[in-house]
Amino acid sequence: MASNGYRLDSETSGNWLLRLAAPQAFFPVAGKMIPWFIALAVLFALPGLYVSFFVAPTDFQQGEAYRVIFLHVPAAWMSMFLYVIMACWAALGLILNTRLSGMMASAVAPTGAMFTFLALWSGALWGKPTWGTWWVWDARLTSELILLFLYFGFIALTNAIDDPRRADRAGAVLAIVGVVNIPIIYFSVKWWNTLHQGASVSLTRAPSMATTMLVGMLLMALAAWMYSIAAALWRVRSIILERERDAQWVRELRGVE
Amino acid sequence: MNWGGFGNFVHMGGYGFYVWGSYLVAAVCIAGELILLARRARLAERRQ
Repeated sequence: MASNGYRLDSETSGNWLLRLAAPQAFFPVAGKMIPWFIALAVLFALPGLYVSFFVAPTDFQQGEAYRVIFLHVPAAWMSMFLYVIMACWAALGLILNTRLSGMMASAVAPTGAMFTFLALWSGALWGKPTWGTWWVWDARLTSELILLFLYFGFIALTNAIDDPRRADRAGAVLAIVGVVNIPIIYFSVKWWNTLHQGASVSLTRAPSMATTMLVGMLLMALAAWMYSIAAALWRVRSIILERERDAQWVRELRGVE
Repeated sequence: MNWGGFGNFVHMGGYGFYVWGSYLVAAVCIAGELILLARRARLAERRQ
């Protein structure tokens, strides 16, 4: 197995976590977890949508237009969470030189990009009736757009380099540098005078919204989390097969099937 | 929340285009990603 000359010697290690870090060991585990996370996503999304559309009351200022919030806020949260997770995997790959880390970073990126697009799209559709404009070059919106370009940059860069290990390292540098944009997005509404409103939910003070609205938003956010995990696990399985195509265990896997 | 009929629900108090425009595109994106994931998995399993 020439392709994994510098991987951690996980076979001899007694540490189950390290053993799981071998793509070969993680492949079947990921496969078993996917249906559970899809089921959890549905389990959170159904009551989440129900609360969003049939329990949460009409907003006294925005009327029904505010119902975009149940999609917009979870999508925006996921866009930032997934970037940080992607950067953590990328950094782990740089530090420990584990093969699976780079694969995980690549597996998270497209889903992160999708949620970033959805946050921008739903934001535009919410902005038009409430602000009177689809788009404004305000700090929050602009930094979120930069996040989308960071995802695109990561995907394009890692796809452009043929050697997957080199692609992982180059992508990791980009992902880690780009992390600086996350606090900029988060604090943009405080640091600058933006059209975008401040945080509706914060860890330090009581939420400034009706409880049912908050419940709907949190259920939808949990659904988005579960969906993201399922999507990343599904994608990483394909990445493992693509990269380890010549490994003995993949050949055996195909032989059995 | 009582909408008083399906028509009112779709109308969304005049904001139907914006609300459903958001959720519909989200549904299309998620369905699209799942289709792409399934296709990639199928190709990866088949390819030698």
